[in-house]
Amino acid sequence: MPHRTFFWFILPSLAAMFLFIALPIVSVAFQSLFIEHEQVLIEVENCGPFGCETETVVDNEATAAKREAEPLGRFNGLGTYFDRGHLATAEVSEAWSTRESLGGFLGEVMNLPFYRAMAFTLTYTFVCTPVLILLGLAVALGVNGLPRAFKGPTIFVSLLPMIITPLIGSLILFWMIDAEGIFGKTLQVIFDDPELSLKASPSLTWITLIVYGIWSSTPFAFVVFYAGLQTVPEDTLEAAMVDGASRWERIRYVVIPHLMPLVVFITLIQLMDNFRVFEPIIGFSAQANASSLSSIIYDDLRGDIARFNSAAATSMLTIIGVAILLTPVLIRTWRDFNRKRA
Amino acid sequence: MASGAMKRSPALAAFATGFVILWVIVASFPFLWTLWGSFKVQGDFFSKADWTNAIWGTRTIVETGGAFTTNGYSGAWIEQEFWRATMNTFIVVFFTVIISLTFGTLGGYALARSGFRYAFWLLMIALVFRAMPHITLVSGYLLPFFEWNVWGHLPTSIIVLVAINQPFTLWMLHSFFLNIPKDLDESAMVDGCTRFQAFRHVIIPVMWPGVVTTGLFSFLLAYNDFAVTAMLLSQENQTMIPKIASFLGSTFEEGNVMFAVAAVVSATAPLFVLILFFQRQIVSGLTAGAVKG
Repeated sequence: MPHRTFFWFILPSLAAMFLFIALPIVSVAFQSLFIEHEQVLIEVENCGPFGCETETVVDNEATAAKREAEPLGRFNGLGTYFDRGHLATAEVSEAWSTRESLGGFLGEVMNLPFYRAMAFTLTYTFVCTPVLILLGLAVALGVNGLPRAFKGPTIFVSLLPMIITPLIGSLILFWMIDAEGIFGKTLQVIFDDPELSLKASPSLTWITLIVYGIWSSTPFAFVVFYAGLQTVPEDTLEAAMVDGASRWERIRYVVIPHLMPLVVFITLIQLMDNFRVFEPIIGFSAQANASSLSSIIYDDLRGDIARFNSAAATSMLTIIGVAILLTPVLIRTWRDFNRKRA
Repeated sequence: MASGAMKRSPALAAFATGFVILWVIVASFPFLWTLWGSFKVQGDFFSKADWTNAIWGTRTIVETGGAFTTNGYSGAWIEQEFWRATMNTFIVVFFTVIISLTFGTLGGYALARSGFRYAFWLLMIALVFRAMPHITLVSGYLLPFFEWNVWGHLPTSIIVLVAINQPFTLWMLHSFFLNIPKDLDESAMVDGCTRFQAFRHVIIPVMWPGVVTTGLFSFLLAYNDFAVTAMLLSQENQTMIPKIASFLGSTFEEGNVMFAVAAVVSATAPLFVLILFFQRQIVSGLTAGAVKG
């Protein structure tokens, strides 16, 4: 296709992506270099019966006017990146030099908002992904053995947790695990502890969120594996059986190698999707105990005073994280592409 | 695979069936429970005394006289004006899907037919854009949109959702068009069609299966979105999902939770119908990218 024709065909799509994905990234980078104006201070003289004294007070009107006039704020360079809300270099090195043990140091670092969010995001990503792949494979093997008439309805039901709006799905579970909801109540009875609440402690909240993540993404792995199982070569399986391979050996040495490319595909998609975990934290009202990179950006933007610059700096750090996560994939695709051309 | 090669022992078959039944319960029970509970009063939905109250509706009978009540629904739809949010959602989703597919088919077709290296680079950039958390982009929109006075309107979030949708749409339709033989449009061009005429008269009539599948996923993205619509729409233009989130802001006043429950069930219904009719397309769409690698 000539360049000219290609250009006209791709123009609308390219323009949309350029204006609303590429430019916003530039806008985020730009905003992250600024910081909101400081409060305007004025000196007033207070004269009372015992003489006059000068006092420094905040001029709220002037502050508001200045912030209104220049919403971007004043130039701050990379300052925002290294402040307490982000990379917190000063606090980290302080904690390192005064550390008593490695655990104490880590505990100190985990109190910093950015590292807390980072820890949750990575834990969530790297726990959910392998578990849901194994679970999806197990469900696919099970469903594949069902009589034909049951397969359709089973797949229908299995799709529900994935198709459901993430915020709605997490709300539904949130109401059930409430201390007065059916799961919360049952757990209290099982552990014989009327005070037990899944929302109370950070570790229980983390577990709840991870369980939600597995619940909502297993169907995706299941559907992909199920489709893959339909194309397992029959001849190879029969040959393996003639050679005396047990059922387990047939799965291990024929079915699983056949599904390997699918595992790579699911891992890639799930790493991308789990890294941006956001809605469950809002749905479970879990900000106090767990925060992800996306949710701290949301909180910055949603607060009483929107902190655009802080949100922008976190966004830039998140984008860098995504880039690191994607590098191996991009390199692989690049090699494949070159091999195909050669 | 249904043949003798995969015959199982009875014990294994029983175990596998049991596992599938367990999964079906895990996947469906929360929905059934919430659907049932949405017709009760809050005292039953969250029962302090006894969880079986939610099944028999003990408090519901005391408070309303019947075992079922539609108070949650009337409260959400009429009192809290959930119908307005539903209409907004319909507008946003409808236009997002139409515009996404129009842009996407043109772009995906071009990418599939261009042999040049830059087509590959565009696809790679689209993959990176696909992985971008939406909220990072939103923090880039807010200040400029405030400055230009376009914040809060439905068209703004429609165009933003279209853009966020493009990377995925391009990938999906690109791989779909690769499967339509090149000879088809090229023979039309030999007969004197321009590229666009060939697209219009030869490709468009055969592209519908791929477009429907891609459209389903565009629909889901627009319908399920929270980050963009919650941040970019003003109060009166809110769509369903941010509206439900805002019910919760004012919650734990008696009854208000039930509005949210009713709204949640209402918002789930269209998705349910969607799977009912398009299960096959959803499954084939999910696997399209995977099986072809």
